[in-house]
Amino acid sequence: MAANDLQTRRVVVVDGCRTPFLRSGTAFGDLMAYDLGCLAVSGLMQRARLDPAAVDLLVLGTVLADPKTTNLGREVALGAGLPLSLPAYTVTMACISSLQSFLCCMQAIQAGQAEVAIAAGAELLSDVPIRLRRPLRKRLIAAQKVKGLLGYLGLAKGLHLSDLLPEVPAIAEFSTGEVMGENCERLTKRLGISRREQDEYALLSHQRAAAATAAGRLARQIVPAYVPPFKEAVTQDNGFRGDTTLDKLGRLRPVFDRRFGTVTAGNSSFLTDGAGAVLLMSEEAAARLGCRPLAYVRAAAAAALDPQEELLLGPALTMPRALAAAGLELEQVQVIELHEAFAGQVLAVLKMLGDQEFCRERLGREEPVGEVNLDRLNTWGGSLSVGHPFGATGARLITTCCHRLQQEKGRYGLVAACAAGALGIGLVLEAA
Amino acid sequence: MMQQSATDKPGAIRTLRRPDGVALVILDHPSKLVNTISIPLLREVEAKVEPLLSDPEVKALVLVSAKKDSFVAGADLEVLARTDSAEEIASLSRDGNRLLSRLADSPKPVVAAVHGAALGGGLEVALACHYILASDHPATVLGQAEVMLGLLPAGGGTQRLVRRVGLIQGLPLLLTGKRLQARRAYRLGLVDALTTPGGIAETGARAALALAAGKLSRRKRKRSWPEKLSGLAPVRSFILHKARQQVMAQTRGNYPAPVKILDCVQTGLKRGIAAGLASESAYFGELAVGPVSRNLVRLFQAMNEAKKQTLTEPPREVGRLAVLGGGFMGAGIASVSVGLCPVTVRDLDQAVLARCAREVDTGLAKQRRAGSITKLERDRRWSHLHLTTEPKDLAGADLVIEAVFEDLALKQRVLAECEQIISPQAVFASNTSALPIDQIAAQAAHPERVLGMHYFSPVPKMPLLEIVVPDAAAEWAKATALKFGQRQGKTVILVKDRPGFYTSRILGPYMNEALILLAEGARIETLDRVMKDFGFPVGPMTLLDEVGLDVVAHVSRHLSRAFSQRGVEPNQGLLKMVEAGYQGRKNNRGFYKYPGKGGQKQPNTRVYHYFSQEGRHEFAPADIAERLALLMVNEAALCLQEGVIDSPRTGDLGAILGLGFPPFRGGPFRYLDAAQPDKVVARMEQLMIKCGPRFQPAALLKDYAKSGRSFYA
Repeated sequence: MAANDLQTRRVVVVDGCRTPFLRSGTAFGDLMAYDLGCLAVSGLMQRARLDPAAVDLLVLGTVLADPKTTNLGREVALGAGLPLSLPAYTVTMACISSLQSFLCCMQAIQAGQAEVAIAAGAELLSDVPIRLRRPLRKRLIAAQKVKGLLGYLGLAKGLHLSDLLPEVPAIAEFSTGEVMGENCERLTKRLGISRREQDEYALLSHQRAAAATAAGRLARQIVPAYVPPFKEAVTQDNGFRGDTTLDKLGRLRPVFDRRFGTVTAGNSSFLTDGAGAVLLMSEEAAARLGCRPLAYVRAAAAAALDPQEELLLGPALTMPRALAAAGLELEQVQVIELHEAFAGQVLAVLKMLGDQEFCRERLGREEPVGEVNLDRLNTWGGSLSVGHPFGATGARLITTCCHRLQQEKGRYGLVAACAAGALGIGLVLEAA
Repeated sequence: MMQQSATDKPGAIRTLRRPDGVALVILDHPSKLVNTISIPLLREVEAKVEPLLSDPEVKALVLVSAKKDSFVAGADLEVLARTDSAEEIASLSRDGNRLLSRLADSPKPVVAAVHGAALGGGLEVALACHYILASDHPATVLGQAEVMLGLLPAGGGTQRLVRRVGLIQGLPLLLTGKRLQARRAYRLGLVDALTTPGGIAETGARAALALAAGKLSRRKRKRSWPEKLSGLAPVRSFILHKARQQVMAQTRGNYPAPVKILDCVQTGLKRGIAAGLASESAYFGELAVGPVSRNLVRLFQAMNEAKKQTLTEPPREVGRLAVLGGGFMGAGIASVSVGLCPVTVRDLDQAVLARCAREVDTGLAKQRRAGSITKLERDRRWSHLHLTTEPKDLAGADLVIEAVFEDLALKQRVLAECEQIISPQAVFASNTSALPIDQIAAQAAHPERVLGMHYFSPVPKMPLLEIVVPDAAAEWAKATALKFGQRQGKTVILVKDRPGFYTSRILGPYMNEALILLAEGARIETLDRVMKDFGFPVGPMTLLDEVGLDVVAHVSRHLSRAFSQRGVEPNQGLLKMVEAGYQGRKNNRGFYKYPGKGGQKQPNTRVYHYFSQEGRHEFAPADIAERLALLMVNEAALCLQEGVIDSPRTGDLGAILGLGFPPFRGGPFRYLDAAQPDKVVARMEQLMIKCGPRFQPAALLKDYAKSGRSFYA
């Protein structure tokens, strides 16, 4: 699917919510992604006051799957108290996993296979599956068939001491061997995006998240969490730094290229625990069930690019493609929710949208897509400040877009995110 | 594969002979939901199982139930109620034991394939088998519950259980009637193997064949050192002696059954199983016709009837419960409801909600550990709990139970706020122990759906729910609350909305009398000891401390007007204590001093001056018990007279399950019947002269005294 017009059978977003997004290793540190997923989904059901039997499908996005819950979607459907008869599956597409779960639900509704669906996402980066190394794994598997002491001793042959060390999951791209931050360095260097620009954007994101939290704008999307040891309620995100300054950000050392780089911990998103869920319905089902839609899904677009030079540029393609599919121009969109993996990545995408050559070559347009008005972009904070639990970010973007459309009385909203593997998904929503 | 034997007649047992040599004995009562042990059943066993035992073609037997989630629920209690002859009942037990011993002594392996409850006689049947296979399912529970009915296991339970699991592990099961989930029973060694519920008869047959072929033997249990030692006669005597001491300390001599159970165990271990079984049967007869067991059995039956009661209108379905106030009560109500439907708990304070979450989590973890719910069920129940500070989240609730602070104006405000949000079809219930429901509903837009649901603390533990019905309440609202309470596992009584309802009202004069005795010079610890000896689980002074002096004072303010009209003046000492800051255990200022962990509570002698300057002196225990008890039962009679309760049965259930009125006494009305109304009236009239008008006997009681009637026909 490159882009499609969704006028045939209208799909509506009824509501969305999420857990607080917490820096990894804080209050959600001892939970499983499963627990967070259950919290978000049961919270969504509670808010929608929907008969659980009305739900036809649940699709959940997650990235670093716990081997105990490989089909996390089904586990969450069960644990959240939804009917045992509810089909559910799990999709994984890096940082756009829950945008993809949203598309899966949307497509099932369009195809008439579902009337009511939940698109969820969950990620717990406090705990990641750490594996034994291959030589050791291989021998452990072989050990099931071995008999006698000698047999075991034979197995040890050729095993190095270093093989006994566990293996931390790689964040590096399998195809290029580059971690994402290194690629962001590559990108910002190529496009000439300065450290100061990146820090300024990061500062803006943190300030906006802090302001939105203080004003209670995010409360509507957050399901308060009550988790062991039950000392207090967790009601807010804890990753944003409202008191940070350009000076503080400027003092941080680059992480991925210590000598010549510009990408720091301050202008990158951080490891986050969280989950989110979005309720979709066919327009008729919403009317029948008495659910007032927040938004119509107008268009969706997906893209895949060169994982070396364009790893993070997905939105530069999906935003204009989704807009074109909806028959809209950029300036007609009042609300933009763009995933912030790195400040440098956001700025790169914005730059490309205004770049005549890029737009002509990659989009076949004579005119550039245009300049993104920062007053319309991520005004309640973004992944840099709110946090980025990989699998749940898409659900947050959609929910925030819908809530902003309502709050700001906008008509059109645009959601886009990039993902490892040089993938991207973009969505156009229209206020209902 | 299987063929029904031609000789089979319809009955509670079917037998199936399989070509492989296994005979299935299928328990399946034709008209009842569960199998119970009765005389006809024993006869049938004799007629149908005996031939199998002697048939050379039958290699092994499997006992299995065809009932859903139930093996054998125990003995048919109606049989016991029908006769007053101890000998007749004893001979029943002897018959049963003879049959079970034949199973146990059979050279052919007999397997009990247990799915569902195996309680009392049901477990004894399984124990008589050579091998117990149980399904690992929450419905499978095993226990010797007889002691709770004032009886003892008279089908070999006192003998075979301790032989199977050892004295140290077996005694608590016999003495408390505790039920074990299959997994726990397996760990204890009571069950030989666990399996899945589906096809348990077939699995049982496989086990039986393997046993017959000598390929399988009963599970060898690892015995701990203390257990190995308990085989030695002196150690055994010591354990039994200790157990006897503990039983006496706990029952205060009011319950004969546990003592007899120990006797049977001792006899069996000393003089062999035959002697043990003989003593079982003899004591069983004695206990069954005795007053204690009679009262406990009736209580059990009344509870079962209460679980089935319905009203003229059907209840409305409760798809969502809202609880207002997340304190200890609110959390308790949520705890017993998350298994039924989504529960929204609203409180202004998120810290209170966090504690509520912990409370519910702890409760679920406990059930999980006991094996009564699965991990998934735990998670699904947990997902049913929604904690919120927002009133708008109450929308969609079909039943709202408020458990906010006991303050009339606050409760009215909460109701008014709630009515803005919930539909007119939703029931609004107030969990108050004394505030008049009609006053709470005074300004309600829909007073017909307002009633009281008075839970007792701690909610998950206390079995009673007192539903308070104002005159304006609609039948459907009553029915909805009743049904929901029953689904929560509560024994529900419906009472009228009069000051103090039923339980708080009859507790009032009892507590007041305790305070008056304090003023007369009785000691705190004496009052508590005497009433515990009488059979209450806690004495009145301790109860005041536990409930909270401020709470009791608050309730008594609402009650006192009604009592004043009868010339009964509440003692002022308590109010003075509350004014001086005494709240009871919660602020460590009460009738006792609580030294903290490990220490024994000590009577707080400094509070005496709030009541009188009188020096402390001894009272005859019988006088104290009589004064307190008479005032409570007389108040119960007044409640019946005024229609607050509809029947003596309701009154007895409420007093026993809500207030801890001694269960072996059967409740206030059984107590009155046993003491005879005319004698009670005469005694009260004497006390009236001596102590004052509060001993004025209820008119109804006088009627009964005059006509010589009793409350139970």
